[in-house]
Amino acid sequence: MDFRLGESSEALRAEFRAFLDVHVTRALEEQVYRTGVSHDAEFTRALVDGGWMAPGWPVELGGQGLDPIEMLTVGEELGRADAPTYGIGTTVMVATVIRAVGTDEQKSAIIPKALAGDIVIVLGFSEPEAGSDVAAAATRAERDGDEWIINGQKMFTTNAQIGDYVFLLTRTNTDVPKHKGLTMFLVPMDQPGIEVQAVFTLSGERTNISYYNDVRVSDSWRIGGVDEGWTTMTVALTAEHGAGFASPMARLLAAAEAWAVEAEDDDGNCRLDDPEVREALGRTAIDIEVSRLLQRRVAWMAETGLDMTTEGPMSKLFSSEALKERAQDMVDIVGPDALRSYFDPTAPCHGVIEHMLRHAVGTTIYAGTSEIHRNMIAQRGLGLPRTR
Amino acid sequence: MELRPSDEQQLLIDSYGSLYAKESSPERVRAAEPLGFDAALWDQLVEQGSMSMAVDEAHGGWGASVLDLALVAELHGQALAPAPLIETQVACRLLARVGGATADALLADALDGRRLVTTALRRPRQGVAQLVPAGAVATDVIVRDGDRLVVVPAGDDRVVPENVGSLPLADVPLSKTTDPVAIAEGPAVDTALDVALDDWLVLTAAALSGMAGRSVEIGVAYAGERVAFDQKIGSFQAVGHRLADCATRAEGAQLLAREAAWAFEEEPDRGPELAAMAFAFAAAAARDCSDWSLHFHGGYGFMLEYDIQLYYRRSRAWANVVMSPAAACRRVADKRYGPAGGR
Repeated sequence: MDFRLGESSEALRAEFRAFLDVHVTRALEEQVYRTGVSHDAEFTRALVDGGWMAPGWPVELGGQGLDPIEMLTVGEELGRADAPTYGIGTTVMVATVIRAVGTDEQKSAIIPKALAGDIVIVLGFSEPEAGSDVAAAATRAERDGDEWIINGQKMFTTNAQIGDYVFLLTRTNTDVPKHKGLTMFLVPMDQPGIEVQAVFTLSGERTNISYYNDVRVSDSWRIGGVDEGWTTMTVALTAEHGAGFASPMARLLAAAEAWAVEAEDDDGNCRLDDPEVREALGRTAIDIEVSRLLQRRVAWMAETGLDMTTEGPMSKLFSSEALKERAQDMVDIVGPDALRSYFDPTAPCHGVIEHMLRHAVGTTIYAGTSEIHRNMIAQRGLGLPRTR
Repeated sequence: MELRPSDEQQLLIDSYGSLYAKESSPERVRAAEPLGFDAALWDQLVEQGSMSMAVDEAHGGWGASVLDLALVAELHGQALAPAPLIETQVACRLLARVGGATADALLADALDGRRLVTTALRRPRQGVAQLVPAGAVATDVIVRDGDRLVVVPAGDDRVVPENVGSLPLADVPLSKTTDPVAIAEGPAVDTALDVALDDWLVLTAAALSGMAGRSVEIGVAYAGERVAFDQKIGSFQAVGHRLADCATRAEGAQLLAREAAWAFEEEPDRGPELAAMAFAFAAAAARDCSDWSLHFHGGYGFMLEYDIQLYYRRSRAWANVVMSPAAACRRVADKRYGPAGGR
């Protein structure tokens, strides 16, 4: 057995960390906190120029041909730097789907621009009445000659206000079971009938509701077959090898450690000498290690070509729930000062702990709630009967 | 990165797996209660070279890695094996490390099973080494006596308390031993015991991860057959979701214990910190997995007839006999930041 990621990954880590140290500036961080928008044109340009836009892609398509473990290393560093990559993430994800199932015309129209950072693609999956049960989507697409007419609304279309395209899950058939009547489109955002309304969230991130009112889209923008949208969705969802939150937890711990070394209690004792503080810091370090191992296992299995059942869900479930619990623990040991936000210049460690307390909540919800992941583990991993 | 055991390690796993299947069935585990010692199992473990594997060739062993020991410890925990494997391995490694005529002679006897040596990892109180793991069946106990590390025979004056885990613990008095021989003195005592504690933590973590994993399997099997309200109870999310959490923690515990054991040879600077991490995590996982698994048995789980209670009791005993999971979290902090007040 060998728990090292390997020399190539560690060399890559050093190189990418140096890159991020230059490009994720304090000013950029503040801009992201203030606007709630995890995307920045200048930073995206730097990523593209550095070859970091889609480093897992083959070199001839603009990537670096990195393997899953090297990609994991890149992801760990992005998380460590808290880099604004949400818009890049969705854009590259959709480019990956188009590369897998798109037409030649779609590939040449989208992929070069996506990898050059010239366009932003956002996701239109969730709806007011379809969150975890995303296949219940009701947004209608009806055929009209060579075009489709779309009506409905989507929740959590993050970055729709700056998006060039929305990757839209629609219902094209109501006479079949719900998974069999879905079709996916890449819809240009710059057209009449699309309205975007800002939604602000607990973590400060801005997302949107987007409305589609008689929006016309050419059939050439259909991604995958008619009524085969669920297959296309599956390509999109498995492109993500399993999320994990060890990196944000490590940011949280680093902030709490920096606080503990400096802070004193009312009697002038260093807070790092308090057994309760030490226990909480130790427990956080443990959960980071476990989260890291669970996520690295997923990357290793992908690299080794082993069949995965529940390793991805275990990584996402454990690390998001642990992030939430440990963020609360850090607030508890820091005490009242932990309540000061990022925007208060006296906040301990620039308000990282307060921000993580809020940010962590979302991690247990988006990309499949903890309950969805528990269902997958119980059924696929443990072989328990279908839960309800 | 490679998360699969090597071919040699797989042979080791298969070999110990069949030994435990034959010699440590739940019936045998029950029959060994309340003392928690099965002499026939112990003889088999000695014959298989289980002590020899823990020390290097220079000391008469065959120098298995700590990871090898941990892979065996996982199976030991899975089977709740009533024999002091980890305790004696830790003692043998301590003896090999301190060296000297007394330690070497005792080690030679321990390796072939003529003597059964264990370690009091906690400081004695009022002249008594309390709740010494394997103290009830040991011939000798390595224990701190002031600023000396001594070996005292475990004799008739020891007291063997019944305990929740049916572990062979004993309160061993030092006073009646006249002039025990010191195997280490001065600062070397702290170091020897601290390193022995690292060994104990990492191997016990592996055993606890095995207990956690087996507890989940027992719970899943029961939830997959028991019917209530006309459905298998595993189809209720109240049951399935808890078991999903348990399975996740059990796998995390196994990964972390293996990583910690691997680090002893491959990244020794991180070994002690990871050992404490692995113990704290595995102890909590074993405790909670056995608890939920027992709970989903309903009233049957509360009956001694069902095996899950064996796991419930031992996971708690192993998780607290030397150090609590909370104390292990503080030990993680000690390893990361140095001792409290040390700056």
